[in-house]
Amino acid sequence: MTTRNTKVMNRFDVTTRLIAKLKHEEAVVGGIGNTNFDLWAAGHRPQNFYMLGSMGLAFPIALGVALAQPDRRVFALEGDGSLLMQLGALSTIASLKPKNLIMIVMDNGIYQITGSQPTPAAHVADIVGIAAASGLARSSWAADEEDFERLVDEAMAAAEPSLIAVRIDDKPGVGTTRRDPVQIRERFMHGLGVREPL
Amino acid sequence: MAIAEQQAQAAQGSSETSWHSIVLQTLKRNEISLIPYVPDRVLTPLIKNLHADPFFTTFATAREEEAVGIVSGAWMGGRRGAVLMQTSGFATLANVLASLAVPYQIPLIMFVSERGTLGEFNYGQSLVCRTMRPVLDSLALEHHTITRLDELEFIADRSVKQAVTTQAPVALILNPLLTGGKTFDK
Repeated sequence: MTTRNTKVMNRFDVTTRLIAKLKHEEAVVGGIGNTNFDLWAAGHRPQNFYMLGSMGLAFPIALGVALAQPDRRVFALEGDGSLLMQLGALSTIASLKPKNLIMIVMDNGIYQITGSQPTPAAHVADIVGIAAASGLARSSWAADEEDFERLVDEAMAAAEPSLIAVRIDDKPGVGTTRRDPVQIRERFMHGLGVREPL
Repeated sequence: MAIAEQQAQAAQGSSETSWHSIVLQTLKRNEISLIPYVPDRVLTPLIKNLHADPFFTTFATAREEEAVGIVSGAWMGGRRGAVLMQTSGFATLANVLASLAVPYQIPLIMFVSERGTLGEFNYGQSLVCRTMRPVLDSLALEHHTITRLDELEFIADRSVKQAVTTQAPVALILNPLLTGGKTFDK
């Protein structure tokens, strides 16, 4: 399916719908900027990780978590502009085939946070087409919110990595993540059961 | 054959005391099992042996910063990793070091095969090599240039342990005096 028949959704709404489905301490890695602002705004969970830089690395970071904890489902939320910086990561993930990794791309075709400039891909490239051609066979556009929830359910039952792309509006993130990288990392490690608090 | 080349060949030897087998054993002893890399000619015997050893999950990434993201995520999930790269690959890492590894206090372990010195034949490689230590120093990152086989295990083992216990990145630079480097006729 191409973007033509997809509804324009809202990042915060879609993120909230995703979080509501998580009942098994699934890890969620939020990419730079609005993607993790809306993850934060959807309600902090101990298994959330928020990036404060390193644009484009939400999928690689989530892949690392997925390889370290193969029995835990790991979600990564990434913007289209961020993903464009690290398209090679899609092939790496396709090659390793982690069963527990689910990638979600929030695609508004713009760098919203820097002034809504269009991305170079905005009118010419198809994120799902790129992902599928990179070897990620389970890559789909969500047609609307209901379809998004259905795709998430399917991805959580799948035995290979999945990518779900969502066409979203140009609204900024609803919240602002507290920018304390050490605390973010430490609490994430507690949430993943790697460490106990002091 | 020039003496330097004979020494270089000896340094690349395939016995238990070769530089690459010492690196592999040091990784294993420190329970570092996830090894993403962007390849380099000099690293080839190490990469080959890592692939052959089921203790390790060894795979190529498209970019070095991608590999840094992967081992950072793995560390937070409780699994140790290390990234293998060449000097020119290190030059792509300033942003991810300054925005992920350092501020989040992640013990990122990097092995860098050093090109650009001691017989470099590509001008671009020699220039990019000169950016490496200033970048490391600008972030006050621990780094060691390893030139001697008899010092390799001590430096690598202690540096890995220090990275983990102090939650700070470390770069171990594998100099041509250790590995033989890459020369014009290869």
